[in-house]
Amino acid sequence: MGRLIAGVLLMIAGLAAVYAAGDHIDALRGDYAIADEPVPPRMAPVENTDMRRKRSYPMQPPTIPHKIDDYQVDLNTNKCMSCHSRRRTEASQAPMVSVTHYMDRDGNFLAEVSPRRYFCQQCHVVQTETEPLIRSDFQDVDMMLHKPAATGETAPTP
Amino acid sequence: MIRWLKNQWQVLRGPSRHFSLGFLAIGGFVAGLLFWGGFNTALEATNTERFCTGCHEMHDNVFQELKTTIHYSNRSGVRASCPDCHVPHEWTHKIARKMQASKEVWGWLFGTISTREKFLAKRRELAEHEWARLKANDSLECRNCHNFAYMDFTRQSPRAEQAHATELASGKKTCIDCHKGIAHRLPDMAGVEGW
Repeated sequence: MGRLIAGVLLMIAGLAAVYAAGDHIDALRGDYAIADEPVPPRMAPVENTDMRRKRSYPMQPPTIPHKIDDYQVDLNTNKCMSCHSRRRTEASQAPMVSVTHYMDRDGNFLAEVSPRRYFCQQCHVVQTETEPLIRSDFQDVDMMLHKPAATGETAPTP
Repeated sequence: MIRWLKNQWQVLRGPSRHFSLGFLAIGGFVAGLLFWGGFNTALEATNTERFCTGCHEMHDNVFQELKTTIHYSNRSGVRASCPDCHVPHEWTHKIARKMQASKEVWGWLFGTISTREKFLAKRRELAEHEWARLKANDSLECRNCHNFAYMDFTRQSPRAEQAHATELASGKKTCIDCHKGIAHRLPDMAGVEGW
């Protein structure tokens, strides 16, 4: 058994060595060898405009347009809900969390936010004023629909 | 008893028989200086973060939590220590608070929150005391540094501006109504207004 584990570990180590020799294995890490200590980029300021961003696709969790430093979300309390819960939105004028957040997995509506939706930052994140680390060529559905038909074979169906 | 009191009063009323006026006047002055200086020094010594975090109850729980917040570490390096927020700066109120604090000595003596579990179980009650105190004095300790008159709304975020220009400006709300749990972790907030 021990020999088997050792063999597997050796194989993994060998594969890792092979991959490490290639370029851009981890774009987030950059061109630094694993033993090098990269200079971290400056921490970008968090966007705090309170202006809602467009969603890239209808099901996208909206981004958070404000700072959330030190917001406590744990067993005791959920700071986000002190503005975004149903009963707090009148005072805060913040958007209420969507109704799906009050549903359990069987579609029953609960009085409070469903436990499976409790940790807001699993889906909703702040935005920073910086360049993306990785370029994205994502196109939203409107771009896809209105893309001029370059070649006959990829023309969108009407 | 009455006779003894009368005798004492006679002694106080009579002129000094052994000590000169100069000795009594200057001696009294110096003794007064020493007493007042000593009292004030002792008072100020209990009004330091070093003193507050001298006990493990404060050092291991609330002080560690403070360290992660903006009231401890921030861009300009101005920070609040325990008494800045928990003890009034003005003398009369400070003395009143210090007398109240004698109960905290009692709590320390008998280990009311001597373990993490005991502290967590009591945290809501302790927090409520502080909320009530700040509510009653219109967040006086916040306002020692954060003066509404000098707030520049144009440098606040739209949300902050909106809240400060309406609810705070009209006096309908005070700092602690919204800014709970900014320097320490919050207890179970079930049933707290605004949560």
